[in-house]
Amino acid sequence: MSAPVHPFLAGTASDAASKLGQSGEAILIFFGVGLIIFVAAGRATGRLHRPMTITVLLGPALILLAVGLVIPAIRTIYLSFYNDDSTAFISGKNYTWAFTNHSAQQALINTLLWILIAPIVATVLGLLMAVLVDRLRWQSVYKSLIFMPMAISFVGASIIWKFVYDYRAPGRPQTGLLSEIVMKLGWHNPPDWILTHPLNNFLLMVIMVWSQTGFAMVVLSAAIKAIPDDIIDAAKVDGARGLAMAFRITLPMIRNTLIVVLTTVMIITLKLFDIIRTMTGGNFGTEVLANDMYSQTFTNFDTGKGSALAVILFAGVLPLVGYNIVLLRRERQIR
Amino acid sequence: MSTPAEVVSPINTGPTGSAVKAVRRSFASPLASVLVILLTVLWTVPTFGLFIASFRPSGASATSGWWTAFAHPQLTLSNYNTVLFHSANFGTSGGIMPFLVNSLAITIPATLFPLSIAAMAAYVLAWVKFRGSDALFFFIFALQVVPLQLALVPLLQLFSGGAHIGTIALIPALNVSGTYVSLWTAHTMFALPLAIYLLHNFIAQIPRDLIEAGLVDGASHFRVFRTIILPLATPALAAFAIFQFLWVWNDLLVGLTFAGGSQAVEPLTVRLSQMVGSFGGRWELLTAGAFIAIIVPLAVFFSLQRYFVRGLLAGSVKG
Repeated sequence: MSAPVHPFLAGTASDAASKLGQSGEAILIFFGVGLIIFVAAGRATGRLHRPMTITVLLGPALILLAVGLVIPAIRTIYLSFYNDDSTAFISGKNYTWAFTNHSAQQALINTLLWILIAPIVATVLGLLMAVLVDRLRWQSVYKSLIFMPMAISFVGASIIWKFVYDYRAPGRPQTGLLSEIVMKLGWHNPPDWILTHPLNNFLLMVIMVWSQTGFAMVVLSAAIKAIPDDIIDAAKVDGARGLAMAFRITLPMIRNTLIVVLTTVMIITLKLFDIIRTMTGGNFGTEVLANDMYSQTFTNFDTGKGSALAVILFAGVLPLVGYNIVLLRRERQIR
Repeated sequence: MSTPAEVVSPINTGPTGSAVKAVRRSFASPLASVLVILLTVLWTVPTFGLFIASFRPSGASATSGWWTAFAHPQLTLSNYNTVLFHSANFGTSGGIMPFLVNSLAITIPATLFPLSIAAMAAYVLAWVKFRGSDALFFFIFALQVVPLQLALVPLLQLFSGGAHIGTIALIPALNVSGTYVSLWTAHTMFALPLAIYLLHNFIAQIPRDLIEAGLVDGASHFRVFRTIILPLATPALAAFAIFQFLWVWNDLLVGLTFAGGSQAVEPLTVRLSQMVGSFGGRWELLTAGAFIAIIVPLAVFFSLQRYFVRGLLAGSVKG
């Protein structure tokens, strides 16, 4: 350890105390005000009781949702028909740009690739793990380790994988695990992974798959265990086993869960921002919709184009979530 | 979920000849084991490599692979000291410690606020029915379709400039951009649809008798909420709290935009993301920084995994 006592240390400690103090204060005020309102509103009796309850308990949520989501969403749609600083109406020009400009097109194509490949791979691997792991001893250890990346932020995951993909010229000692492995396997001249298009897109998708497979595994595993025993038994009596059992009994029984998992990962993938921002900043042909939206808005200060991209993102998410809702409602009615 | 796994396993005691069964088991089991172990190793090694690299001396990770550390073990804690308190190379004087504190200062209120507000709303929507309450619940549930990105810019504009119609100020400039308040508020707003939905599912299943007994005894809804609902809903509250904690701690987009570039409030993820960009071969610091950032959610995750999984299943399987 160099420098045992650091000059900034005292400053750091008081900085931390004041920041956490602010948090504590905010929490105290929040619950203090809440308690006062509760006690005051609780005194209302008779005809006032119900309206008072509804206003006080539901009001804050509705106001926050209106101000934070509903109104801004409508305003973004409105802004998407305006120019860069929202001063002139330009009808659909931002959308024409999004579908014709080369870089925006690239973002759209990449996003499409992402939502087609990453969720399917994650779901299939998750399903494979869910089916296989239950037969093994130490299954909870395997499950925890596969599931662990879910708790890691995409930023943390990006650093982990950037280290795996680290490139050194072939003659020098390798520092990235991927280069080391492929060179040991006989590929003596591997490319600089992250700079090589279109390979880099797939390498970045690996991060998403790594992160989401555990989610798919846990949810699908629960669904498989929830299949009623008598159905399994009946199928066995009829002679189904092995692959036939998997494809004709297990998969159809968990079909809805499979779709929910797939669409959920698709939605996460569609909104993907952190990995691209951290790994490439959208360079080297890896741009995606959500990062482009950020760059247009906060780097190019073009609110119109940024808003149009956000609306396109919304249009992509809409059918996925809509389908999920329909599916969940139907399942609920059956139960 | 109490059904033992073996019951649904395709290779199981069935009316098959025991010889066939034995063959199938001996074939399927090793293959399954190998696949599972392979996948688990693949999933774990990258994180493990990061962990090892973070303890290697300055410069070592830039000139040799982390796996060589086993042949020449030479480990140090100085990277952690440097990245937490020094690391002037990354443009700040104090290392990432202040950003770690920021993450904590943002995350705790941004977990408690939506939790409380959503629990109250979920109770009303489930138990104090009024005309349109079901439609309202469905509308809130459906708000989950709104991606963060769709609300981002107008909300930022509201925080920094207020809201106007013509020259009339509906809401004055709030002047909260670049403060914790804007981060707490934004995270609370964006969390509400999922929170209300998850908590409503749970609270709606609390037995009617318990609530009616409370009301008949003359307690107000506020009292029922505090004394009956909150204690009974603890598992659901815990599940959502863990979710929200992880979500806020791991978030980059809200931190990047609502902190307004102010280093006084930016969370650790924002700082790390910048370090990756401006970094010049100093893997030992980047890996140590990343490990500090992921150790908190990992600790939460491993200690509270049961609640976490329950929350996951409530949100994406049951509906």
